[in-house]
Amino acid sequence: MLRRVWAIFVARNREFMRDRASLAWNLILPVALVFGLSFAFDGQRDEYTVGVLQDEALIDTSRHPFLDTRFVQFVPYRDTDEALLKVERHQLDMLLDPGPPVRYWINPEAAKGYFIEFALLQSAAGNPEAVVKQQIAGDPIRYSDWVLPGILGMNMMFSCLFGVGYVIVRYRKNGFLKRLRATPLTALEFIMAQVASRMLLIMLITSFVYTGTHLLLDTRMEGSYLTLFVVGLVGAISMVSLGLIVSARVTSEELAGGLLNMINWPMMMLSGVWFSLEGTGRVMHAISQIFPLTHVLDSARAVMLDGATFLDVAPALGALTVQSALFLAIGAAIFRWERF
Amino acid sequence: MTVALEARNLVKEYPDVLAVDGVSFAVPEGTCFGLLGPNGAGKTTTVEIIEGVAQPTSGNVYYYGEPAGARFRQEAGIQFQNTALQDYITVRETLQMFRALYDEPADLDHVIEQCSLGDLLDRDNRKLSGGQRQRLLLAVALVNKPRLVFLDEPTTGLDPQARRNFWALVQGIREEGATIVLTTHYMDEAHVLCDDIAIMDEGRIIAQGAPGDLLFEQYGDTLINLPHGEIRRPNLEDLFIELTGHSLRV
Repeated sequence: MLRRVWAIFVARNREFMRDRASLAWNLILPVALVFGLSFAFDGQRDEYTVGVLQDEALIDTSRHPFLDTRFVQFVPYRDTDEALLKVERHQLDMLLDPGPPVRYWINPEAAKGYFIEFALLQSAAGNPEAVVKQQIAGDPIRYSDWVLPGILGMNMMFSCLFGVGYVIVRYRKNGFLKRLRATPLTALEFIMAQVASRMLLIMLITSFVYTGTHLLLDTRMEGSYLTLFVVGLVGAISMVSLGLIVSARVTSEELAGGLLNMINWPMMMLSGVWFSLEGTGRVMHAISQIFPLTHVLDSARAVMLDGATFLDVAPALGALTVQSALFLAIGAAIFRWERF
Repeated sequence: MTVALEARNLVKEYPDVLAVDGVSFAVPEGTCFGLLGPNGAGKTTTVEIIEGVAQPTSGNVYYYGEPAGARFRQEAGIQFQNTALQDYITVRETLQMFRALYDEPADLDHVIEQCSLGDLLDRDNRKLSGGQRQRLLLAVALVNKPRLVFLDEPTTGLDPQARRNFWALVQGIREEGATIVLTTHYMDEAHVLCDDIAIMDEGRIIAQGAPGDLLFEQYGDTLINLPHGEIRRPNLEDLFIELTGHSLRV
């Protein structure tokens, strides 16, 4: 069995590594995105988000004129430490305590914090002394620190889903799967080889991209590299398994592309790749927990930004493992070799 | 005589068509059996059911007296009509990969020599001509030292040289003791290669037997038998090969 898995695994690796255009694209795209967002556009979301320290669930705009500002989303927080962590991590542009006295915190590395501070001071124009700026303890987290796990995760997601989903559909469509079926190779052996091949390639590429951006941008790494690697590995298994479900029966690349995009886009928008999901409702938050990418990004950011240990991220890794087992079981059960 | 392969009452129904309608035949060990018929006759579906890549609606397939299963997959070599191979992989790597899927693989050098692939080993699969590709696919079918070889329209689209060379290859495989099941719509090919043939139409076998016997049954009153090999009327294909040479184009 292992000999057959190894044979398919090696052949698939060769096929991928020799497709220079695809390989280059897998390496260049994430690096270009990190650099582009870090240096050119700042990459922040369109709307300002300000946390407001209060016990009530609803924002009382009468407490301060700033709370009436348009194009700003105000999110209530009871826990100051939790809210400050989100300011540090670019998940909030500002934290406001309506007081009295009115106090506020911003991340000095955040461009949007800089501008929202102007808006606050403008709203308090008649009495600026009544607004007290507070310092955030510790090193501020740059946007590039925050967005790097998102981009690595997104690249991993695309590579896992399309790299497995498209390839298997193509093999099925052109008859290569039918040829393999006429050998002693079993469906499980074939799937294991595909998963292993994609895992190896995606972990090599992700490690390479991470190392390059980490060295060039000096991004923050508070935790263990090994824990981060395990997060990436478990996350990749989960997303490859998800790609297997899509490719298990589909015979058209067009349909596979549509189905994969149907999974990709919600996952990319709701897993916190580009912006934090702070301020979104409970329903959206619950939906985001369905996606493997959410658990990967939350865990990776916890390790990289907060120094989370393996035990800290174990619940997320457990969720990913359960998802992987479920996806693999479904994929193997519905897998079909032939076109019709 | 040992029967290598037996199909019993195979039926394959699709929602709107009966593709195979009660096909039965037996192939003795060491012979070449031809399945002939026009396009859409049900040849490929029948063979794919026997090969195990399509499920019959009903009927059974026996390999050396046992239901075709794991042993059949280890010992059968199959060349499909249309098979894509992996891109960016060389001929040598393709053969190595398929060889590794079997418990008792063939000697790779022998297969390479048998299929005249020596000069193509480092060539990317994408850069093979039609004839080279068919030889590679035949080699893939031989990497497990098969006792039973399926060839599904193996010479379709080949030039005359490649076609005649492919015939020689198939005859060589048979001389080594393998049983061959060949589907083709080239009657001359069947005549040259097959000991027994079955002619299919609309999913059913409409005639079965040795080519000479079938001809005699149908045209016995008008058939003139000539000593084999002594008198033969050349055809256009002979002229083409005479002018362009017998050697295989690498």
